[in-house]
Amino acid sequence: MSTVAAAHDDHDHHHAPTGLKRWLFSTNHKDIGTLYLWFSFAMFLAGGFMAMIIRAELIEPGMQFVDPEFFNQMTTVHGLTMVFGAVMPGFVGLANWLIPLMIGAPDMALPRMNNWSFWILPFAFTILLSSVLLSAFGHGNPSAPNFGWTFYAPLSTKYGPASTDLFILSVHMMGISSIMGAINVIVTVFNLRAPGMTLMKMPLFVWTWLITAFLLIAVMPVLAGAVTMMLTDRHFGTSFFDAAGGGDPVLFQHVFWFFGHPEVYIMILPAFGIVSAIIPTFARKQLFGYASMVYATASIALLSFVVWAHHMFTVGMPLAGTLFFMYMTMLISVPTGVKVFNWVATMWRGSMTFELPMKWAITFVILFTCGGLSGLMLAITPVDFQYHDTYFVVAHFHYVLVSGAVFTMFAAAYYWLPKWSGMMPNKVLGELHFWNSLISVNLLFFPMHFVGLAGMPRRYADYALQFADYNFWISIGGFWFGLSQLFFLAVCLQCALKKGEKAEAKPWDGAEGLEWEVPSPAPFHTFDTPPVVK
Amino acid sequence: MATDKYYVPESSPWPLVASVGLFMTAFGGAHFIQQATDPDTFSGSWGRPLFFFGLAWLWLTIALWWRDTIKESRGGLHSHQLGISYRQGMLWFIFSEVMFFGAFFGALFYTRWLIVPWLGGAGSNAMTHELLWPDFQAMWPLVKTPGGTTTQAMGAWGLPAINTAILLTSSITLTIAHHALLAGKRGKLIGFQAITVLLGAIFLGLQVEEYIHAYTEMGLTLDAGIYGSLFFLLTGFHGAHVTIGTIFLAVTLIRVIKGHFDAENNFAWEAGAWYWHFVDVVWLFLFVVVYWL
Repeated sequence: MSTVAAAHDDHDHHHAPTGLKRWLFSTNHKDIGTLYLWFSFAMFLAGGFMAMIIRAELIEPGMQFVDPEFFNQMTTVHGLTMVFGAVMPGFVGLANWLIPLMIGAPDMALPRMNNWSFWILPFAFTILLSSVLLSAFGHGNPSAPNFGWTFYAPLSTKYGPASTDLFILSVHMMGISSIMGAINVIVTVFNLRAPGMTLMKMPLFVWTWLITAFLLIAVMPVLAGAVTMMLTDRHFGTSFFDAAGGGDPVLFQHVFWFFGHPEVYIMILPAFGIVSAIIPTFARKQLFGYASMVYATASIALLSFVVWAHHMFTVGMPLAGTLFFMYMTMLISVPTGVKVFNWVATMWRGSMTFELPMKWAITFVILFTCGGLSGLMLAITPVDFQYHDTYFVVAHFHYVLVSGAVFTMFAAAYYWLPKWSGMMPNKVLGELHFWNSLISVNLLFFPMHFVGLAGMPRRYADYALQFADYNFWISIGGFWFGLSQLFFLAVCLQCALKKGEKAEAKPWDGAEGLEWEVPSPAPFHTFDTPPVVK
Repeated sequence: MATDKYYVPESSPWPLVASVGLFMTAFGGAHFIQQATDPDTFSGSWGRPLFFFGLAWLWLTIALWWRDTIKESRGGLHSHQLGISYRQGMLWFIFSEVMFFGAFFGALFYTRWLIVPWLGGAGSNAMTHELLWPDFQAMWPLVKTPGGTTTQAMGAWGLPAINTAILLTSSITLTIAHHALLAGKRGKLIGFQAITVLLGAIFLGLQVEEYIHAYTEMGLTLDAGIYGSLFFLLTGFHGAHVTIGTIFLAVTLIRVIKGHFDAENNFAWEAGAWYWHFVDVVWLFLFVVVYWL
């Protein structure tokens, strides 16, 4: 796609900072990217631990380990931690590392703001997670947020625990972080591309992140508005979500999902970009339909603004409204189908090899498509009346978010760890991680379709006896999947500690792109003088 | 004074220090709100000092951060390309602000066109009306809530109309100042920018006057139902943005007097001007859909 004409200089023109200051005061996109990625992984483990508490409670009918009140807090904070702590920062970390390398930029456009975006996050999650620790160990067991990750009013307003206010302020902080991070991405892409790197030559990861960043700037402020209305309803007597004052709890759902649905694509569009980088490398073919991939991504993003109420079919909307949102939702499957078709067409008659990144990427294509198809089922209004708030929904969004978004982050890690650390990821541990995750994730989430269709509601600490067998195996799958991630921790630690096989500048022979033109590990400063892309 | 190399700034403590400030502001703020509005449930009063300490910390940090940035700019480290980054960044920030107001405008339209008519029995909601509040009458502005709270609607043609004129005038004076900046006429620039800052302050003063009138004489309060909720959150957030914009313009006025800007090197000045025009446009929407129609 592109070749570098000018030699890049990789000498440091000012000294690379060392020690604690290097990490705390950083203005370096690679260091900040690393911070984001470790933070994301830590949150993934924390959120996963909460998921395992949920699965332990559900391993058999009846009450086992936690009381229902704490169970509600676990489902709530598990969701919030995974969405805002694991998936979003994980992709921002990848953006930080890769976008400047891919477009031949010296760094992100606004490096100090970049560091601020990151450092807000640990503080925001300190606030959120401290309420869980207080709930588990504190005096009098004050409740952590317990209303589900969607924090519907009036559960979160009239009936929310005291920690709701801390949750609201922490969401504000996460929003500030995301908006600044997204502004940085957009400005970097628009303003810092190397000469010759025209928009339609950009790697798809850059394109998908550009569009993701637009979505973030458009909807994170709406989330801020929603939680602000919650706060004033809770403490200042406003009536946004109170029908007696002329408001409506359903208003909350509209405002929330106006944020929430684009948010879903915020968590999956960068994944599309990663897969679009990896599949051509290991199929040794150009990506099929580059331009259509770009247009499909943009179409998905635009459509994401007019589908939000498909989360609310059972709430009592006018018929015309539900029909509109049903058809718009089904329309999204067209550009998404274009993408799946293009990935498959890229592999068609390619010289395929199945290194670790490729295994994860192909798994993504298959399992994400499963999740997409169950999404189509949910999009059909009358059918959704049956599925709404059952485990079928839980199965659907875990297929697209775990075997979708999270799996591509693993794919990305195995693909770019050589560039980040200079070390090849350990193959044995990597294979163990992949195969264990692949089998356990399906054992974990696939039976949820069945119990959901049979009527098992989500967010309950107990269930009817007929669901017992499936739930036992779901829980086994859950623990298995959770423990499998320790293999990945071992892979990352080995790379970080420089153990194992050293990586070449371009460890994958089919790879293309500017990031493979710099040495491995990538030097502290790259592209001080921009490369010329032909 | 500019360089051709893209400037990657040296590492800086301010982002981390600012995050600490934000943490104290948020953590203290949540407790401040709880302790102030519900002292029976939430004992203690440490939320308020922590909130204000955090806020002061945050503002001071940002001031120090921007002082570094201004020094670097004055030192000639900033390239033309960095100026473009700043400008694009500011425009996207303003877009995020537009979306923030969009959430509240959306709530207003949804309330006005759907919730209130539905509560009054419109569409297929006859039974809702009959069972919940059969005496409720749908109207806008909603001066009597389903629960029975009554209030009065704020008219458009008193103070709000004057305030509209003031903000529109301030946009004109600011544009005159902008032309003066580009033409290098310092006296005119300083004069018209000072007038703009003054108009901003007058607008805020009148807004406070209007709030006092609403609270003490009209019974229009935050807890007077959805009309009061929307009125105060929309105009209140707008007022907060006018406050920030006025401070912004005052700071760039000082920097104009110090001679920091010229026809080429003027990002901060233009950012302030864009921000001012943005709050102006928001006000026009507010005037039409909150006060007038």
